[in-house]
Formats: sequence, C-alpha cells, structure tokens
Amino acid sequence: MGEFKVHRVRFFDYMPSAIRALAFNQPNETMAVARMDGAVEIFLVSDKFFQGKIIPGRDQCGIEGLTWVGERLFSAGLNGQITEYDLKNQRVKYTIDAYGGPIWAITGNQQGTHLAVGCEDGTVKLFAVNEDKIQFERNLDRQKGRIVSLSWHPSGSKIAAGMIDMIQIFNVETGQSIHRMLTDRGTSRSKECMVWCVVYLSDGTIISGDSGGMVKMWNDHTGTLIKSHNVSTCDVLALSVSRNEDSIVAGTSEGFVVQFQFISLVLEKNDKEWVRTRTFRNHTHDVRAVAEITTAVVSGGMDTQLVVRPLLDKIEVNSSASALQKIIFPHRSLVSCARKAGLMLFQYPGHLELWRLGESEGQGIPGSSLLVKTNPEKLLHLKVKGEDHIRCSAVSPCGEWIAYSTASSLGLYRLHCDNNNISITKISKIPKVLSSAKLCFSSDSSHLFSASTQSSVHVVSLSQSGCKLVGTLKPKSGSHQAIHLLAASEDGKWLASANSDHEVHVYNLQKKELHCTVPIYSSAVSAMAIHPETNCLFMMHADQRMFEFSIEQKQYSDWSRSVQRNGLHYIWLERDTPCLNVMFNPQNPSHVILHDTYMFCIIDKSLPLPDVKTQFLNQLTLKSLPKEKRKSESHAFKVCKTFREMLHVELMSDQSLVVVERPLVDISTQLPAPIKQKKFAT
Amino acid sequence: MAALFEGYTLCGIGPTRNSSNSGILGIELGRDIDHVLVTDASRSVTVYKVSDQKPTGSWTVKHGQIITCPAVFNTQSQEYVVVTDDRVVRVWKENDVHMEKAFKATVSADVLRVLSAAESEAVVLFCCGAVRFLDSLLTSPQQPIEDVLAKEEIIRWSTVVKAEHQLVVLFSTEQRGDHWLYAQRFNPNTLVKHRIETEPGLSAPISFSATCRGRNLHLLFLYSNGSLYESVLPLRISATGAEGVQALPRSLRLSLPLGEEELISGAAVVLDEAHVAVVGFPHPSAGTCKDYLCIWNTHFQTLQASKEMSGRICSQLWCYSGKLYVPHGKMLSVIPFECQKSSLAATMGKLKQSRSESKSCSLLSSWTAQPYGEITQTPGFKSRMSTRHTSVVKSALTVDQIIEHIKTGAVEDVQAEVGEFIRLTTQTDLQLATGRMALELVSRSQTDANFYPHAVFLQLLETQYLCYSVCPDLLSLAMMKKDFHLCQIAFQIFPDIPEDVTCACLKTILSTPDSEIETVNLDTESVIFMKMLTQTQSGLEEEGGQQNGFCPPAIETDVSDAPSSMLQRDPLSLVMSCPVGLHKGALLNEVLQTAYSNKPLLPHLKDLTVPQVIVFLQYLLFLYLKYSHDAHKQIPALRTPSFSQIIDWICLLLDAHFTILAVAPEAKRLVSDLHKFVRSQVKLYAELGKIEGSLQVLKKSKQSEDFGMYSIEVIELF
Repeated sequence: MGEFKVHRVRFFDYMPSAIRALAFNQPNETMAVARMDGAVEIFLVSDKFFQGKIIPGRDQCGIEGLTWVGERLFSAGLNGQITEYDLKNQRVKYTIDAYGGPIWAITGNQQGTHLAVGCEDGTVKLFAVNEDKIQFERNLDRQKGRIVSLSWHPSGSKIAAGMIDMIQIFNVETGQSIHRMLTDRGTSRSKECMVWCVVYLSDGTIISGDSGGMVKMWNDHTGTLIKSHNVSTCDVLALSVSRNEDSIVAGTSEGFVVQFQFISLVLEKNDKEWVRTRTFRNHTHDVRAVAEITTAVVSGGMDTQLVVRPLLDKIEVNSSASALQKIIFPHRSLVSCARKAGLMLFQYPGHLELWRLGESEGQGIPGSSLLVKTNPEKLLHLKVKGEDHIRCSAVSPCGEWIAYSTASSLGLYRLHCDNNNISITKISKIPKVLSSAKLCFSSDSSHLFSASTQSSVHVVSLSQSGCKLVGTLKPKSGSHQAIHLLAASEDGKWLASANSDHEVHVYNLQKKELHCTVPIYSSAVSAMAIHPETNCLFMMHADQRMFEFSIEQKQYSDWSRSVQRNGLHYIWLERDTPCLNVMFNPQNPSHVILHDTYMFCIIDKSLPLPDVKTQFLNQLTLKSLPKEKRKSESHAFKVCKTFREMLHVELMSDQSLVVVERPLVDISTQLPAPIKQKKFAT
Repeated sequence: MAALFEGYTLCGIGPTRNSSNSGILGIELGRDIDHVLVTDASRSVTVYKVSDQKPTGSWTVKHGQIITCPAVFNTQSQEYVVVTDDRVVRVWKENDVHMEKAFKATVSADVLRVLSAAESEAVVLFCCGAVRFLDSLLTSPQQPIEDVLAKEEIIRWSTVVKAEHQLVVLFSTEQRGDHWLYAQRFNPNTLVKHRIETEPGLSAPISFSATCRGRNLHLLFLYSNGSLYESVLPLRISATGAEGVQALPRSLRLSLPLGEEELISGAAVVLDEAHVAVVGFPHPSAGTCKDYLCIWNTHFQTLQASKEMSGRICSQLWCYSGKLYVPHGKMLSVIPFECQKSSLAATMGKLKQSRSESKSCSLLSSWTAQPYGEITQTPGFKSRMSTRHTSVVKSALTVDQIIEHIKTGAVEDVQAEVGEFIRLTTQTDLQLATGRMALELVSRSQTDANFYPHAVFLQLLETQYLCYSVCPDLLSLAMMKKDFHLCQIAFQIFPDIPEDVTCACLKTILSTPDSEIETVNLDTESVIFMKMLTQTQSGLEEEGGQQNGFCPPAIETDVSDAPSSMLQRDPLSLVMSCPVGLHKGALLNEVLQTAYSNKPLLPHLKDLTVPQVIVFLQYLLFLYLKYSHDAHKQIPALRTPSFSQIIDWICLLLDAHFTILAVAPEAKRLVSDLHKFVRSQVKLYAELGKIEGSLQVLKKSKQSEDFGMYSIEVIELF
C-alpha cells in the first residue's frame, strides 16, 4: 500500500471556547449552543449532532442567554444588547440595546409573542416579537438587585425571575409581583444566594437552582417551598425541563448533571413527586448549560465539550444512539494548507498564523521518527481588525495568497517570499459583497471563490495588480441557505458548493453557470472534493455515508453504487465524528484519503469492500502477515489510528502527509482550575 | 403492605333480627364514592355522606310494610330502588320526601334483590332465579317470571359484577347440601350453572366475594374452617359451550388460623389481587377472640394489618372505594384501608412476626418454593381435593396421625414413622408437614425430659424444609441438650437465625469444655477442614518458609515470661497453635458463617464472659493468621468462613468488649499481638500500594511518548 512521511504538527494552539448556554428547538430538532466568545453554533440533533451552522463571535459580547422564538434565535449578553441571528446566512441579523445594563437572562414565551430579558438594574423587560424585529413593550415592576434568571409559565401569563436571595413571580399582564419567595442562604449566612436558574412548569411548580447547591421546588399559588434537594456543595448553574415536564436536569459547578424525575413513589399510585434519580459525571469543570432533549441530556460548560448523554430508558440500548457523544472540535476545518508551498494557515478567532513545515533528513523505517533538519517556522501572525471573529480563511495552493473573512469584511493578502524575507501586501478595494462564509482558491491560484448570501458564489480573479469580481454563480432555485463547503476541480473547470439544506450544486466555471445539482441526501455534507482525473465529486456526509458523483455524466459513479449496494461496515458507521476533509492521491488515482477527529483512512477503490464479517480495522493483522498473503486479506478501507484528536489532515504535493493534532491534555491544561474537590487519599 | 387506618362510626344499628345479621340489611354505594346507602333491617333507608359522617337523606316505609332487599342507587336514572314486602318495587329520587308518594310497581314473583353496578342498568334477581333488567320489568310489572331454580333450591348469596361492558349476575344456591353457582350473562343471555365442590366434613361457604380482574371473574369463598378458596370464571363465555352443569375448579388461597371452635359466622371481602379483609376470625396472636378485622395477603399468607372491633361482629363486611364497612356491636364503623404493592422485605418481616406469634403450623415454611398464586391443599385435607395429585403415593399415616403419635409414642417408633412419612410424602406436602412435626416434637421434648429424638430432628433437618422461624425452639432445645451435631446442621441449613440465638449458641459452645465437645459426632467435612488448617501450620513450621512478600523479623528467644497463653512469642510470626479443639473450632466456624446484622448482634455479644471473649478472640486471631497465609485456599472444603467474615467478627468482638479487653491483664498480650499483626499487615499493604503507583507510572510512561510539538514520522499502511 505504501509509506507516508507524516508531519505531526502539535503547535496549533487551538483553544475552544467554553459553552455558556444551550437552547433546544424541538420542532426542528436543532440545538443552539452559545460559547463564551460569543459564537453561536447550531447542531442538528437528528443528523448525529452535526454542527450545521456556525455564527462566529465577537469580542466583548459576553453572551449570557440564548432562546428560540419559533424558528428565530435570540441571544443577550452582558453588553446589554439583544441579538437576533440570521440563521440562513449564518450571521447576526441585528442587535438592539435593552437599556437596562448587562442582561443576565433572556427567554421567549411559548406563544412566540414576547421576549423577556432580565437586566442588571432589576427590571424585567418585555419585548414584542414582530415580523422583522423586536420592539420594547414595557418593564415589569422594577426590583432591587439584578435579575439573574427568568422563566415563563407555559401559558405566558406569569414569569418567574431568579434574583439574589429570592425568586419573584410576576403577573405579565399587570406587571406586578405576585409572590416573593425567599431562598435560604444555607450555612454561610454572609454569602448571598444567587438563584442561577429557574424553570416554571405548567402545573405551577417553580424549580430553582441556586448558589447554595440546592434545587428547590416551589408552589406558585401559595408562594411556598415544596421540596428542597441538596445537590451540590457548590452552585447549581443550569436547569432544563423535558418537553412533557416529567424530568429535570440540573448542572452543577462540580461538573456533574443531576436528573430529577416526576414519579410516584409507590407503583400505580398517582401521588407523584420530584425524585432525584440519576447523576451524570461527564465534565471536569462547571456545567453552565444543560438541555434535556427527547432521548438524551445535553450539557456543556467550562471544559468546552458538548456532551450528549443518551437516556437509556428512552432508546434501544446497544445501538450507536446509546453511546455517549462528546463534541470537542468544530465540524469545520480550521487549517488550510498550501499543498505546493508546504505552508499551513491556522485560523484563530482573532488572528491567523502561517507556518512553514520543517524538513527532514534521511530515510527511516516505518514507525520511526526522522531527524528534523529544519524546524517549522512561523512566517506570519496576522491580526484581524475590528471586533468580529474570523469566519473562514484559506491559503492558496501556491502559498501566494491568503484570504479570510469576518462577518463584515473580506481580507485578501498577497505574500512575498524572497528567501527569508517575508512581506505581505493587503489588497485594497475589495467589493463589500465579498464577506464570505467559505473561501476557496482554484488549484492554479488564479481565482478565489467566495461563498456569499443566498447560496451564491462570487468568483474573483487574482492577478499581480489586484483582484476583480468576475462573476457570481447562483443556483437556479432551491433554498438560499448559506454555503459551508466549496470544492474546486484541479483542471479549473468545475466548482461544487454544499449548503445547509444538504444541496450540492456543481457549476461550470468556463460557462459560469450551474452544471447540475446532486440528488439531495438526508444528511449534511461534512466534506467533499473533486477528483483531479475523473472529475468525480466525492462527498462525505455527517451520517458517515459516502457518495461519488460523476460530474460529467451527472450520475453516481459505479463505485458509489457498489458501495450503496454493499453497505458500509458497522464500525465505519458507528464513528461519532464526521469526516472533515477529502483528498486524493495524484500518484494513485484509486485512493481517497479521509479523516475525522480520531482516524484517517485511505480508501482504495480497487480493492473489495468489507462486509459485515470482515475484520474492519485490519492494519495490525495485515502487518503480521507475509507480503504475499496481504493482498487476499486486505479490503478497501485502510484505517490509521496512530494519531489522536486530529484537527486536520492534508496530503501535500510531495506525497507527505500533514497531520495537525490537538491533544485533549493540552486543552485541559489551559482551562481554568476546576472547583477543588476532596478526593480520597489526597 | 396493607394498613388499616383509624376508623369512625357512621351510624348506630337497630335491634338485631337474627344472629348472623346485624341490624343492617345491606350497604350499597350511593351517587358517588362518598355516599353510601344503608338499608336498615327494620324499615328505613338512609343515605350517608361518608366523609362527613352525616346522613343526607332518610326514607321510611309505612308501618306494617317491611323492606326485603337492600336499597340501591340506579346510576343511570339517578334514582333509588328498593323492594318492600317482597313484591313491591319502589323507585324514588333524591328530592322525594316520602317514599310512599314515589313510583311503585307490584311484580308477579318474589324479588330477592335489586342489583346495581356503576354505569349500568339495574338488574332484578327473583327468588326463583330469574333475572330481569329493572327498566324492562317496570314497563310491564306483571309479566310472568319463569322458575329457573328447582324446588327447595334457595339463593344464598348474589352479586353483580361489571367489567368490559359486560354485566354478570352471580348467585349461589343451596339444595339439600349441594351448592351451586349461577352466572347470568347478558347479550346474549346465558345462564351457566356451576357445581361448587364441597368437602364432606364441610358445611356451606359462609361468605362470598367476587371481583373482576382482567378477563376473568375471581370468586372467593370462605368456609367456616378458615379455608379461603378462589375460583376463576371467564368474563365472557364462548357462545357454544355453556350446556349443563359445569365444574368450578377452585384453589386454596389462604388457611386462616382457627381457635378451638368451629365458626358459624365470618365474612371475607377481596380488596385487591393479593389482599382480603376478614372479620369474625380469630387474630393469630390474640387467641380465640374473634372481634378482629384483619387484612391478609394471600400471596404470602401473611397477616398485614388487624384491628380489634369492640362488640359482637357478625358476618357482614362491605368494601367501597378504599373503606371497609363493618357492623359491630351497636354501630357501623367505617375503616379506611390501604393496600400497596407488597414490598418483599416488608412482607417477610410480617411473615416472621405472624409465624412466631401464631405458631400456625399449617402455614408454609418456605414461600419461595411455592408456585406464585396457587397454593395446594394443606395436609389437613386429604379427601377429594387430593385426587388432583393422582400420582401421589399415600403415606401410611397422615400428618395428623403422626402428630398424635408424637404426643405419646416412644422415640424409636416416632423415628420410624417420621422416616416412613418423609420417604413417602410428596415435596409440597412434606414442606407443610415438617414444620408441624418439628413443632410437636420440640414441645414434647420440652415437657418430657426423657424424650429427645435426635435422629428424627436430623431427618427433618435433612429435608431442608425447616427454618428457624418455623420452629424457633429447636435450636435452643438442641443447645440445652448439648446436641452440637444438630446445632451444626441447623446452623448450616437455617438462613434466619436471630442474632440473640446465635450469641446464645456461641456462648454455649465457648463455655463447653473441649473434652466434652471432642467426643461429639460432627459433620466430617468441617472437622477435616479444621484438621487440615492446624496441620498446614505444622507443615509450614517444618519448612520454615514464608509466603512471598512477607518477612518476619527473627523470632525472639525470650520465652521466660510466657504465661499459659497458647500464643507463640512473636506476634508477627504466622505460626500459632490452635487455641481450641478441632470440634470446637468446627462449630465456631459455623457460627462465623451465619448471617447477622451488626447492630442487633452487638448487644448480645456483650453477654460473653471475659475468658470466653479471650478464647474466641484467640481463635479468630488464629484463623486470621492462617488466612493471611492463604492456608485455607489449599484445603478443599465447601463451607469455610471467608476472610471478611473473620475480620468482621474480630471487629465486632473488639467493639463489644473494648473496655474489658483494654483493662483485663490476661487480654493484654493477645490484644497487643493482634495490634502488631494488623499494623504489619497495614504496612505491607501500604507498601504494595506504593508499588502499584510506580507500576502505573511505568505503564503510563510507555503509553504517552512525548512527540514534542513537531516531528516527522514515517508510517506505513497495508
């Protein structure tokens, strides 16, 4: 099969941001995740939790709350502003100031008519949700002290607000406070008790989680405490109720999630109670957000991981759906490589880094490390102006061009490399329309493709003098969701784009028109590329299925059909991270190289496909066999698990592989220290 | 678990007409579950709001007239219905002040009862067995009524059950000592006649109760001998097969304990699938006094709750929506109850209690061995019912006969008879009989000093059907008689020896001199185990070797101050001679293996005297040393005390006698030796723990090779 020289890169200092809020949209089965850096991500629950949309954050936005109102997503933060997102084009639609100081909580009512925000100045502000914008309506009675948490009664007539040392219930109509329920400060009388989270149930029960580590159930009719559970020695930071209100999950700063269920203590009796049932320990740090979805508990917090913990009583056990899923890295590549120049571009939220790969000396046997003759070199540190974080970036294959885009602007730079002298020139006068969701250079670096709004792609020709918008490719019909993937063919004739509605369009670049549309598959495209020789479009989907589509013949290739007939091996299908990159080996046209977070794989299309009985991960077996026997034993999927936690894999022009690893240990050492917990014998 | 709550009086009762009935003709449910209709045996019908204990309406018939059936509330028409003077049906509404002014109709035959089930039409049952819907009867009151029953056939009991939109009228009749059950179903109208099986010696069932569960009707009969039988009838019958008289298979659900006398009255009512409420039967622990309301669990045969009712109880009992209505003395009491799904532990607790209180030997010794729900005949009945077990070889004697023999017979005769009985009786019967026989044998042995059938007890124990709860006195009797062999077997077999008894046995064993015990014949395997245990010691002594990882310091040679203690001088040496004889050791091992709970055991352990404690502790230390040596693992034996059992007992013993052991001079050396040995063990494990850490590091260091920030490697794919 072959030897590869691998550049094992670990100096990409990627640091995911902590999760601050979760909002689950039941009808769409989408989970919105807000991170500390202001980024909002949309995960498709039904599509193996694929990260369908990413709206990059901004500096100083201090997002605190996230809420759906129908299909619209709103957030609010400590900058005192409410933001609505344009999910179609994956950007902020507008922000308006609430004029109440920092906002600690935001929540929309179930009727979809109003938003309530809780402000530092002690007001609960009601905003009417209009067709295109939201509009301030009025304040509820102003309280002393900040409003930390909010929850609407499902009927929309009452609001519970968590404050310092108390919970207030407001009548929405009159704006007056109906009840004031005081929380106990617990053992430390001097420390105030923050009600971090409240949940208002339709039967009038209010559930609160506070900094005293208590989950308390209150009766809104009498304003009295019904029951109190001591969950943690530290804070209870987040609460979430299931759709049918029979289960509640609470996240604590000790890193565990506690489930309460509304069950009767005696069989077949109707006197139900909230009973603490399960504890999930999947986090090392504060759990800042939890959400109970139909079949699982989703939690996230300071340790930056989104954990999907299936509830085994709701699903069939021992299916792939019963496995715990941890989402650590984004489902987009943050690295792009200049294949011909041996350069790597790392995308950080606020800057870009360009590195040149090192060089090795001599030859080595497989499994050995080579002597590094020249170390990798950081050529460039490019800071982005403005508050907006980088949305996407790309380096041209020749290494001469660097492009990045934020929500508002596109930056294009030309790199001059004379021996050790590096200089860059910023290309000015870039058309404003070019702010992009995905950037891609043509293989000869003569054109830049920029995915724009309405599923359109702008084509920019690059030359020594500058750049020029030469055309816009638009799909004829279909949805206008933002494009998240672009793939240009080696011969410069074709360009494929994939958008969030799973549509894949192929454009003829010479005629500048739509060539064809690939049949829509139910799962999102996670990676794709066009084969340099056959011009077949190879697509990987989030559900791990793969398709090869012949652009010229406008139909699936024979190999793709045989894969569909044969079916994929269950080990392949059970992987829980999507493939992030597809490459081809120019020296061996039948090879397709894929990678996800935990493995990279070479698919040899000339070899037979594995069936259910075949040993799927057979590299070690093959290694132990004599050479003659290997051929008969091998199958198309050659999986390499030598590397861990990969952000990117790329095959360079010199046949060497670049593997960008980001070990979890390196991330966890950069996290703030967790709450100290007494462990036995320490 | 079931519970009876504090009851209250609903109303007083008028003068009694006869002995079996109180002054109440019947109680029926009113317009909702909080209202009941009480029909007085004299002339009045009263509606009570139960929660308020107040009457909300009362109607009386004119002087000279008499109410002949309990009034019912017809839920469909929201009217009350009653029959006066056998043939006059009266219907009135809530707001009618006088019954006289209400609607009445005279029918052409004697009405027995009007039956009404919730959400369905009221049904009229005539004395002749015919059944009519009330509505159709009232449209033409004088319609001819056919005779269904034979002459001299009298209806004893009737009820109506409704389930799945199917209404079933059930009534039982008696004709010259034969008992029949009729089931009248509607749409299509079918009447099925069943024969109720009777025992020759038994009179009629004294109480019936019917419920519907699933697709079946469950019928409960209570006999005056305390047997509670259940029969199951299908709710719907196939349209074809309903001809002639059908047999009514039944199964025994419960045998209520009886006093000396036969009962003539009593009532049972089904509460749910596992519970029945019974009045008129003696409480098992309160002797023959019958003034009790009891809730029994028929699955586990246990008494779940009971309540003493003052005044005479008659065989009347009603149950509506979680409340029992019991007429007693001169009042009608309402007693709320609750039946929860039985928790096994709770049931077992009650089971033991009721056993030891009542000593009712007819109960099962082990309910686990019984198939759920169905209980076969108690050995008392040996007549027609046992023909179901056709393959049973009849033993020469019945249990009752054997028990009679036990009361008087000589040891050898009893032994022979019991042996024969065990050999011939089937498992289920034997299971029931062993307890009774053992009880009888024990009570004879307790009174008659010369009577002690050791071999018979052994035979009974070997059936494995005995446990401590069934025959609590057996173990203490054996201890009294110093029958250590029996004790050993009992310790091995009984899973439920109470902690105080365990301690008493331990005390007896420790206080008996070795010389006496060594002569006793014991279970050979346990003795062999002890022999091997003491021998491995000597073998090792000869080799002078120690197991890997343990290196005792040189043995001190100074033995001058060694007292009579059997301990070796060096506390860290694993060599120690056994402080007790082999047989005593074997018995102590059995004690170590019994089940116990710390808390109840601890106070009883304090009863041991200081020398006993010291000997026992020495023996435990001996075992501890042996076990630390892995000596026990080399001995093939089935029953050996486990390491944790030994440590637990050492801890318990030290807990119980800490102050004494700290002060007593003779214990000083023992305790300090124990302390030193434990300390050395702790040290050893601490060292091992440290090694574990370094081993882990070794393992880890191989895994996480640090590649640095950048490396260029060569990989090969195949």
